[in-house]
Amino acid sequence: MSAAGRDTPPAIEARGLSKRYGPLAAIDGIDLTVPVGQWVVVLGHNGAGKSTLLRMLATLLHPTGGNLRLFGAEAGRSDAAPLRRRIGFLSHQTFLYGHLTARENLEFYARLYGLADPEGAALEAIGAARLSHRQDDRVATYSRGMQQRLAIARALLHRPDLILLDEPFTGLDRESSSRLEDRLRQARGTGCTCVMATHDQGQGLRAADRVLGLSDGRLTLDAPSRGLDPSRLDDLLHGSSPAPPPRAS
Amino acid sequence: MTYLRAVLLVAEKDLKVELRSREQVVTLLFFALLVLVVFNFAFDFTVIDFVTLGPGVLWVAFIFSGVLAISRSFQIEREQDRIQGILLAPIDRSAFYLGKVAATVLFMAAVETILVPVAVVMFNFRFNSQTALVVLAFILNTIGFAAVGTLFAAMTTSTRRAELLLPLLLFPAAVPVALAAVKTTTHLLAGHPFAAYSHWVLMSAAYDVIFLAAAVLLFDEALEE
Repeated sequence: MSAAGRDTPPAIEARGLSKRYGPLAAIDGIDLTVPVGQWVVVLGHNGAGKSTLLRMLATLLHPTGGNLRLFGAEAGRSDAAPLRRRIGFLSHQTFLYGHLTARENLEFYARLYGLADPEGAALEAIGAARLSHRQDDRVATYSRGMQQRLAIARALLHRPDLILLDEPFTGLDRESSSRLEDRLRQARGTGCTCVMATHDQGQGLRAADRVLGLSDGRLTLDAPSRGLDPSRLDDLLHGSSPAPPPRAS
Repeated sequence: MTYLRAVLLVAEKDLKVELRSREQVVTLLFFALLVLVVFNFAFDFTVIDFVTLGPGVLWVAFIFSGVLAISRSFQIEREQDRIQGILLAPIDRSAFYLGKVAATVLFMAAVETILVPVAVVMFNFRFNSQTALVVLAFILNTIGFAAVGTLFAAMTTSTRRAELLLPLLLFPAAVPVALAAVKTTTHLLAGHPFAAYSHWVLMSAAYDVIFLAAAVLLFDEALEE
């Protein structure tokens, strides 16, 4: 690693990160460091805390305990707005307005992010999503796969440094999933950091450098994805096999 | 992006969505007209002076249609988790609040603009008040209602029973603005001098300032789950 690389603060640095709803701990004291450029997949059963963790990393939820730094900056209540410019968030919900066209949707978000040329940025993103032929059609008339492609375009519109993906493959057919994987590969080429929560272990392992397992709000697995046997992953996630030593980061 | 541009962007988006769907204004208008028709049948306005009951009738229609407007405004944001898309943007979250208030005021004002002439004809009322003061009173009270309603709608939007909770929270808090609205309108319709009801107008203005300021300061907290 170069000297400049060593000086670069991690994309994500969480210490004792917690989110409690009354007596329920959705996230329970997570310590996590993700270097810039790393792609991480978070696996876990329903209710394990994956979405809560991602929403905290996106500054949509405020921690009830611990500390979160993104790119070296405190992700507190008052400091989060400039940080959000560096975050792209995609879930299985599209965040798109069905009554607006693809172009209107992306121009709206481009303006919200203060992009210099919102019209140009929207058209470029629509082109990258291969939806130029439908750019002036209302999003409600799109298929689920097309909507998700547009949602990816929305999430990447402002060229974020940190991409957060919450079950992005949910509801997609094979072709749309494959297109999404292609788009993510392109995004990976830009050197951005990514954290993806998914149920699909195969897709997760293909996309990521590192695997995190989450259960009841706690990290139960932290291992490099390379060489990890998908058939052993279930055992590792549910604790019937000893987990590999946590990755040094 | 400046704060004002963010406010205008959110309001413009709401108006654009409404112009395409026409769900909100049509629903509000029909609901408000229905209220007028029901009251027209319930009371004999050839015997009862419209000034006595009319302001109450009008504001019942405006307030209930306003609740529908505010509720629908946040329902749109809940679908597809769109609210998260906006909250992720690098803007001050209170700009989102003020944009929502602005759009709601415009929707309510559109309904009021149509409803008042309809009421004048329906109740055979000779409208000879000072129009500028009527407009001012309606705007002040509509802003107050939209300000408090939008804040409570934001607070309840992530709950499972948002439609139930919103009126439960909103109506008690909106009592001062409802009272001021009805009293001001009564005085205006009766043709009283401004001095007779200036305190109600001041109360509406103070309510607007207090709730808008409090909401701008508290909106980030209000959205927290």
